[in-house]
Amino acid sequence: MSNGTRSNGLLGWIDARFPLTKMWNEHVGEYYAPRNFNFWYFFGSLALLVLVIQIVSGIWLTMNYKPAAEMAFSSVEYIMRDVQWGWLIRYIHSTGASAFFVVVYLHMFRALLYGSYQKPRELLWIFGMLIYLVLMAEAFMGYLLPWGQMSYWGAQVIISLFGAIPGVGEDLALWIRGDYNISDVTLNRFFALHVIALPLVLVFLVVAHILALHEVGSNNPDGVDIKKNKDSNGNPLDGIPFHPYYTVKDLFGAGCFLIVFAIVVFYLPEMGGLFLEKPNFAPADPLKTPDHIAPVWYFTPFYAILRAIPDKLGGVLAMGAAIVVLFFLPWIDRGRVRSIRYRGLAYKLALALFAIAFVVLGYMGLQTPSDVFVGLTATRWSQIGTTIYFGFFVFLWIYTFFGLEKTKPVPERVTE
Amino acid sequence: MRKILIALAFALFSGQGMTAGGGGDVMSADADVTDTASLQNGAKLFVNYCMGCHSMKYMRYSRLADDLEIPESVVEEQLIFSPTKKIGDTMTNAMPMEMSEKWFGAAPPDLSLTARVRGADWVYTYLNTFYRDEERGLGVNNLTLANASMPHVLARLQGVPEPVLEEVHSGGQSKLAVVSVDTPEGSGTLTEDEYHELTRDITNFMVYAAEPVQAERERLGVYVLLFLIVLTFILYLLKREYWKDVH
Amino acid sequence: MKQDGADKSKRRFLTGAATVVGGTGLVLTAVPFINYWLPSARTKAAGAPVEVDVSKLEPGQRVSPEWRGKPVWVLRRDERMLETLPELEDQLRDPESKVASQQPPYAQNRHRSLKPEYLVLVGICTHLGCSPLFEPEPGVYGDDWLGGFFCPCHGSKFDLAGRVYQGVPAPTNLVVPPYRFADDGTVVVGEDPQDGGAA
Repeated sequence: MSNGTRSNGLLGWIDARFPLTKMWNEHVGEYYAPRNFNFWYFFGSLALLVLVIQIVSGIWLTMNYKPAAEMAFSSVEYIMRDVQWGWLIRYIHSTGASAFFVVVYLHMFRALLYGSYQKPRELLWIFGMLIYLVLMAEAFMGYLLPWGQMSYWGAQVIISLFGAIPGVGEDLALWIRGDYNISDVTLNRFFALHVIALPLVLVFLVVAHILALHEVGSNNPDGVDIKKNKDSNGNPLDGIPFHPYYTVKDLFGAGCFLIVFAIVVFYLPEMGGLFLEKPNFAPADPLKTPDHIAPVWYFTPFYAILRAIPDKLGGVLAMGAAIVVLFFLPWIDRGRVRSIRYRGLAYKLALALFAIAFVVLGYMGLQTPSDVFVGLTATRWSQIGTTIYFGFFVFLWIYTFFGLEKTKPVPERVTE
Repeated sequence: MRKILIALAFALFSGQGMTAGGGGDVMSADADVTDTASLQNGAKLFVNYCMGCHSMKYMRYSRLADDLEIPESVVEEQLIFSPTKKIGDTMTNAMPMEMSEKWFGAAPPDLSLTARVRGADWVYTYLNTFYRDEERGLGVNNLTLANASMPHVLARLQGVPEPVLEEVHSGGQSKLAVVSVDTPEGSGTLTEDEYHELTRDITNFMVYAAEPVQAERERLGVYVLLFLIVLTFILYLLKREYWKDVH
Repeated sequence: MKQDGADKSKRRFLTGAATVVGGTGLVLTAVPFINYWLPSARTKAAGAPVEVDVSKLEPGQRVSPEWRGKPVWVLRRDERMLETLPELEDQLRDPESKVASQQPPYAQNRHRSLKPEYLVLVGICTHLGCSPLFEPEPGVYGDDWLGGFFCPCHGSKFDLAGRVYQGVPAPTNLVVPPYRFADDGTVVVGEDPQDGGAA
């Protein structure tokens, strides 16, 4: 905190009444971040950028979207064709949904690479996981809104999952739908949750996530604690002020991101059926199921886990466990070294395998279960992927709890 | 640029989306929404041959006039048949649903987005795979969409193709199945190539109508990308300059 | 942290360049978001010109079709009505229709119309948007009332050419929309005459 630098003028007037300069210094101007951030550290600020893009484009879409079963589909086509620039805003929003998950998955993987969830960042990780969870709910409910065939049948399948819960399942599914089938009633409440309730929660969680980060300080690719070595002013020797150094760096990252984003918006808005699924250009028909139902790509790893278990309840539990287990990562990993640079070889291999399994699960979740790939059916591949997915956490606990990990010495200071 | 990207996307995600319900090979329509002459011809064919039964309820005549560079007066004269329709109206038709259900057994679907749901190649193949089938009430069947309840409205032009039957083995059994269609020469007023060209124009128009903005979108994208590249380059220089302090 | 190598002027220049180019980008990005609020193709189609059949209209009668969601009046004035127009011109705010926004050029005349007989007006008071009442009988709203339009909301008065009286809240004459005669019995509201109204 800067002492005795009371500014005058308008800023001084504001500062006497509102901690503007104080907050700026605390979170930007004098927030010291490690100087050795690499490529993986772009995705936090990018997630924030995508959140803003989604909120703004989403507000604009609601101006012409009609949350009623009779009108929803045609109101989307109305936006795409009749409203000036409506197509651009809609493609920004649909691409933004996928972009959000791309950056969030990479952001999460960064945490795995450098142990960013380890003490003292457990709560930071939990806030992040809650953001991820709310984001999934937000995306799922948003996907119903265009009221196309995939919107309808995708929601049908996912809501039916709740029906697998013993005892209360069917009542719960009925309560979520508000009808005996997905209907106008469901659409209307999903709209309300998608446009106001969940975004509010999301923004709140993002603020909590950033506050928690700034309380404990950012981790870095070496996983060393930069607060241990301070200069005479009390600033970390390996730290640099977020502004201007990381503001300019993140702006450059945002520029690169926007180039990729614009390529998708202007040239590949459907992304070959991944971002906008082809059957979703046909209006929802409760009497006719599409030949092949797959959720949007960002859900498919978990969908594959669901399908890997040949039992309805078991599948739902496995899918739920796949997400819940991530919350406990800070306590599963008992390792003393954060960064993958200094962790044992087995951890490196396990993490690589885990990442590959996640991608394979995602791919298999898009396929018809009986399709054959390299001699095995999609279901078999999903089972292998599921085993590796959960195996990673079991391995990690055993590996670190029993002290089997042979780590390399962690340097005192960050490396270049 | 666009072709490369699309090829890349397909290479990565092939096996996604497409499910053509029927046998036979899918022909390549080679759709190109920047081919205005083809789109104009397609629009004319569409209103003449398809709109008797099908609508395109999200497509406006005025939009069509603008995008396809047809003067509004020409659209009003040649493409709008109903006296109550205006240039700003959508391309709906007057056939009552109940009547069509009675005549064809199913209501003819709206075709605004068909090319986006099925893909251009599917539409093109569909238009090229009608064949004679006396067992069907309409006297024709379709190889791409089996038992489609649609008459071959272009029969006068193409002629009616004959089915090509072949032994097909499946599950240890073999049976005769239609594997392709063959049009006897001179059975229609058009040659085979002319018919391909004509159906390609219709397909092209349907691809355009499924997303009228696509040509404009791709044109605009170039400027947006150029701008972003310049901006990002400046931001890179800015970053590099400041980071001289750190390195 | 070593800042001794810092080239201050280069930094200023690059920061300025990034701000200008980035700011331009933000402004350009705002364009689609702003234009999104303009009338859509559907709205424009719904606001297309409206044909009004006036062939059955008797002198003194009025029809009120809707155009762009607003009431439009087509009044066929009889001889007496036309004769009232010059009488109270000293009491009008803009007797010669000089305010150009209130009528197309071809209606900038004493009778404010293409043909003296037919008056075409947008039936919205220029004060605060109420729809005035049509009262052709003299004397109804005071002794000098020769017939015209009276706004019940705030008492604005207009004569039988839609010209506003002095001393009432409405600032300008009632609006004459663009219109043309497709033939003697048909008025097209929303479209200028093909010859620009020269005839």
